[in-house]
Amino acid sequence: MVTLRHLLLPAPVVLAGTALLAIAAGGGQARGPAASQTTPVSVNPGRGHAPTLTAPATPSKAPGADGFIQRWLLLEPIPANGLTESAVQTAVTKEYFPNQFTVVPHDGDKVTVGGTELTWHAVDTNNYNVNLYHFAYALSRPTSDVLFWAVTIVNCPQEVPKVRLAIGSNAASVWWVNGQEVIGVYNDRQTVIDDGVSKRLTLKMGPNIVRAAIVNGGGATDFCARFLDAEDTPLKGFTVSLVDATK
Amino acid sequence: MASSDGVEDCNAIDPGVFLDPTDGRLWLTYGSYFGYIRLVELDPKTGMRINPNDQPRDLAINCEASDMMYHDGWYYLLATHGSCCRGSDSGYNIRLGRARKVTGPFLDAMGVDMIQGGGKLLIGSGGRVVGAGHFGLLDLGDGVQKFSMHWETDFDRGGASVLDIRPLLWKDGWPVAGDNAREGTYEIESLRTGTALELAVEGVPVGGRRTGRGGAGAGRGGQSGPGGAPQAGGPAGRGGMGGGMFGGQGSPIPTQDVAEVSANWPAGKLDARMSNYLCQAQQKWAITAVPNAGGYPGSPYFKIAVAGTDRALAATEDAELVVLPAFTGGAEQLWRFDQLADGSWRIMPKTIPNAKTPLALSAVGSSFATLAKFDPASDKQRWLLKTP
Repeated sequence: MVTLRHLLLPAPVVLAGTALLAIAAGGGQARGPAASQTTPVSVNPGRGHAPTLTAPATPSKAPGADGFIQRWLLLEPIPANGLTESAVQTAVTKEYFPNQFTVVPHDGDKVTVGGTELTWHAVDTNNYNVNLYHFAYALSRPTSDVLFWAVTIVNCPQEVPKVRLAIGSNAASVWWVNGQEVIGVYNDRQTVIDDGVSKRLTLKMGPNIVRAAIVNGGGATDFCARFLDAEDTPLKGFTVSLVDATK
Repeated sequence: MASSDGVEDCNAIDPGVFLDPTDGRLWLTYGSYFGYIRLVELDPKTGMRINPNDQPRDLAINCEASDMMYHDGWYYLLATHGSCCRGSDSGYNIRLGRARKVTGPFLDAMGVDMIQGGGKLLIGSGGRVVGAGHFGLLDLGDGVQKFSMHWETDFDRGGASVLDIRPLLWKDGWPVAGDNAREGTYEIESLRTGTALELAVEGVPVGGRRTGRGGAGAGRGGQSGPGGAPQAGGPAGRGGMGGGMFGGQGSPIPTQDVAEVSANWPAGKLDARMSNYLCQAQQKWAITAVPNAGGYPGSPYFKIAVAGTDRALAATEDAELVVLPAFTGGAEQLWRFDQLADGSWRIMPKTIPNAKTPLALSAVGSSFATLAKFDPASDKQRWLLKTP
C-alpha cells in the first residue's frame, strides 16, 4: 500500500516544478479531477508528490512565525455531502470508525470506512495552511464532496488561560480542543485567517488535542489554525507533536 | 472675573471656561449679542483673573453662549448665533471657528473671521426640535466625546425648551454633530471585518435555497470545481430559477419572514457569531429603548433582539455573548450605544456579571464577536448600524 509517506519528500527539501498539479501553495484555483468521486477508489501511485507537504523529521515542531500550527495527522478523505450547518453537523457527528473523537493515531494507522481502507498520514507544511487538495490528489483520493479528519497535539509548558483557537477552512469545518467542540464554520467558503474563532478557553500544561473535520464541496480545499492569546495576538510558546509523550 | 457696564460693547453673561491641555492655562470666554464675545485669562489655582488690568480680547460678534475646546492642534470657539426665546420661531443655531492660538483669530471653514460674524454650522433645527443653543463639551475619555446643548422648542413636549446631549464627531478637522442611537431594525456590522452579527443558527437563503448543481457558488470564481465551467443560462428550472442562474424568477422576492424561518431555530440559549450579511432574518436586530432602566449621557439603555422575536442579546459572566430565548430585563441584557468620532458605534452592556471593568462588543477574527476592553485605537470595537 502506497502511503503519503512515500510520496512526501523528506523535510526540509521540497522539489519544485515536479508536481503533476499546478496548484498555488495557498490552495487557489485548482486544475485536476473535475467530478466528485463518491465511490471508493484504489490508491494509484504515480500522481506525484504533494508539493506543499513533507514528512515530519523531528519529534516536535514549533508553530510558524505567525503562530500557525504546521504539523498534523490527516486521514484520507471520507465521502460527505452538503455544506450547510445541519449537513456538516450530521457528517461530523457520525461515527465512521471506532474512537474517532478521541483517537490520536500514528502515521500509517488504518481505518475502514464504508468498506474502504483509509490511512492516517503525518504531514508538515511550511505554509500557514495545510493543503488538503495536494494531500488527497497525491494519493489519488477524491477531493470533492469529502470530509477530512485532522488531529494534532499542542504541548504547552504551562497552563495558558483565555486563549482562543482561530481557524480558516475551505470549506466548512468543525473543531474540537480536548474533546470540546469550539468552532463550527459552515457553507461554502475559502480559507481566511482567523475566520472562525472560539470562545476563550484554557490550554492545559502538557498535551492538548486539537481535532478538526473539514468538509469540502468542490474545488480547492485547505485549512489553517492557530491560537490567539488574551490580547488577540498569535500564541507561540508551545510545540506541536503527533505523539502524546505522556502516554 | 469679568463685568460690563451696560454701555461698552459687551454683555458679561454666558461664561465658558477652558483649560488649555497644552500648557495648563485657564481661560474664560463670555458675552452676548450686545457687542463681542471676549476672552480673559484666569488663574488655574484660584479661578480669578490672572491679570485684572489686562484688556479682554474680542473674539467674535453677533453671538452668545460661547465655549472653547482644543482638538488635534486647533482651538475651536463655539457660540450660538440667531435668536432665542421665541418658541418655534427661534433661529438659534450653534456655529464655530478655529484658530491655531487660543487668542484667535477664529475663522470658519470659508475663512470668515468670527469677529466679522463668521461661523461654520455645528447643529441647527431639525426633526421635531427647533433652536439649538449653548454648547458644552463632555469628554468621556477613550475618544468618546459628547456635547450638551438645549433646544428652544421640542414639539413632542408641547414646545418646551429641553436639554439634549449629542455625540461629537470629527471630520476633516471640524466637529460634526452626531446622533444618538434610535430605535429600529439594523444590520450590526463590524467596521473591522465587514461581517454582521447574527444569531448562530442555520441560515436560509432569502427566497429559498437553489436546487441542482447550478446552485450557489458553482461555476464562478474560486468556488468552482476544477475544470468546472460556469453554468449560466441553463435550462429553465435548473438551479430553481425560471430565468436560469442569473435571470431571476420574474417577480420580486419578499423579505424573509422571520416567523417562518425561526420555527426551525433551536429553543433555549444560542450563541451569537458574525457572518457575511445575506439579508437573512437571523442577521437583523431590533434595537428598542427600555423604559425605567436608566441611561447614560444622551440615551436610555436599549434591548437588542433578533427582529421579530424576543431573542435578546446578553453578556455572559465570562465576557462572551449569548442570545437568550426571551428578554427579561436583566442588566446584562441592556446595551448602551455611544457614537464614536468617526460615526461608528461602541456598543457596551450595562453590566457584565462578575466583571469589574466595562467591556465593549468586539470583533475577533472574521466570524466571532465577544466582549473586550475598549481600545479607542482599534477598529475591533467599532460597529456600523446599517438599515437592512
